[in-house]
Amino acid sequence: MTGWSIAFGGIARRELLRFTRQRERFLAALVRPLVWLFIFAAGFRSVLGVSIVPPYKTYVLYDVYVTPGLCGMILLFAGMQSSLSMVYDRETGAMRSLLVSPYPRWFLLGAKLTAAVLVAVLQVYAFLLIAWFWEVRPPVIGYLTVLPALILSGLMLGALGLLISSGIRQLENFAGVMNFVIFPMFFASSALYPLWRMQESSTLLHDIAAANPFTHAVELVRFALYGQLNPAAAAITLLCLIVFFAATVFMYDPAKGLWRGKKGGA
Amino acid sequence: MRNLALIALALTAQPALADRIFVTNERGNSISVLDGDSLEVIHTIDGLQRPRGITASHDGKVIYVCASDDNLVRVYDAATFEELPSLPSGPDPELFVLDPVGDRLFIANEDDNLVTVVDVNTRQVLAEVPVGVEPEGMGVSPDGKIVVNTSETTNMAHMIDTTTYEIVGNILVDGRPRYAEYTPDGQTLFVSAEIGGTVSVIDVPSQTVTHKITFDVPGLLPEALQPVGMRITEDGTKLYVALGPANRVAVIDVASDEVTDYLLVGQRVWQMAFSPDGSRLYTANGNSNDVSVIDTATDTVTESVQVGQQPWGLVVVPTP
Repeated sequence: MTGWSIAFGGIARRELLRFTRQRERFLAALVRPLVWLFIFAAGFRSVLGVSIVPPYKTYVLYDVYVTPGLCGMILLFAGMQSSLSMVYDRETGAMRSLLVSPYPRWFLLGAKLTAAVLVAVLQVYAFLLIAWFWEVRPPVIGYLTVLPALILSGLMLGALGLLISSGIRQLENFAGVMNFVIFPMFFASSALYPLWRMQESSTLLHDIAAANPFTHAVELVRFALYGQLNPAAAAITLLCLIVFFAATVFMYDPAKGLWRGKKGGA
Repeated sequence: MRNLALIALALTAQPALADRIFVTNERGNSISVLDGDSLEVIHTIDGLQRPRGITASHDGKVIYVCASDDNLVRVYDAATFEELPSLPSGPDPELFVLDPVGDRLFIANEDDNLVTVVDVNTRQVLAEVPVGVEPEGMGVSPDGKIVVNTSETTNMAHMIDTTTYEIVGNILVDGRPRYAEYTPDGQTLFVSAEIGGTVSVIDVPSQTVTHKITFDVPGLLPEALQPVGMRITEDGTKLYVALGPANRVAVIDVASDEVTDYLLVGQRVWQMAFSPDGSRLYTANGNSNDVSVIDTATDTVTESVQVGQQPWGLVVVPTP
């Protein structure tokens, strides 16, 4: 039994080390949403319009609305970052030493995923702390209730990152992931505008956003930040996590998945 | 057993507000009655034409409403919502104020350039005081000796002696004055000017404007900042000013005459009212058809709830 914890500890320590050794990465992860909050949201402060959307009980300024979306952005980038590190590990051969471990592959991948999410959650709390000084102040209880939502959303987005990493052979391709995964996922979601606002301009965009797993991760975080549970968002996020993670485990299985019959994988 | 039940009741009982909020819906031609705890509409009074100004008797048992197109002050029982005999008001009553004793209503007649004084007990018109063009805002000094009327087109605050019904002073303020509010000590008078975009601070003994409070909300055009309704806290430390189409309520520190905060509420916020314990301030938001609730301890907007069409003003009384 201790072997499991040693394996997990090793993976988690590597993830934490990677994080603490690269302070600029922590800063970058923090600066990105802050730029959105301070600059982008400033220009849109008053545009949100008449409708009050749950979980809000009254009119909110745009920077209040966009904050849960930016929490989601941190988790999304963290998920993609861990996908990047998987590709990097594969290129440098570090993954080989991980995958020769006697523990099942799902456990190794899950440990890596969990460790990455814990780091991402810390980043979100640092962001929320700064947002508090920017007068984005959800109820105190919200900081507690948002934790499980952040973990679930982070796991889902991290699993998506791992799934994508299984298909990427080279580090250079990561820019492509940025373009084709992060940006569409972020913009076609409820992170920046409520869904009813999109429906006014384009029903198609609304439907795409409603089908976007990132929308449900953001809504889960948004409700949790105000001490409420959005059951639909929670169920969809959980379902996506299971699907993405199962697919990842399948893809990383040398006997199956994409690696079968290919040379030079790991 | 009964004692146990009482103790359980005492332990579980919240410091209930148990208020009722009466909101005039100018275009809905109705009054929405809300429960102060649940903030749900528990009753709607219909059959008035263009209700605007609303106030309550000092015991909270009777509700008075300026029914502008009925040319009457309509009167309702706050407990049963039944209509009581109306009061004469003169033509097109817009806003009124009840004197501190609770006997006389001072009513602004927007079309006739008059302030009509009505005895609420005998239902007789006691006097008609000619004032400036388009009278609207009404305020009464805490000692009840002076009633202030603001005239929208003359841009003046007229001081009316409440015993002789004579104008004893005129103070020029900025464009389209809407509302007048005294500090509880009666030494300072605030007059909001909708087009001028200012609140004039008037020293009452000398009848001079000592300062003009201006407003600035980043990202909003200056013409959107239109001060309308005002309410001062019972201790006289904070003045709340509704900024109309700016969708904000400004919080002013009375000691320094500085704006300390802008609170986001519904669209075209017009008049406001405190709960009887002063812990909440309710705003009537005309264009978004809702009422916003402000927690006055933290100065945060906690909730907004839908009422009828184009809410104009409101009054809060303890639930009987």
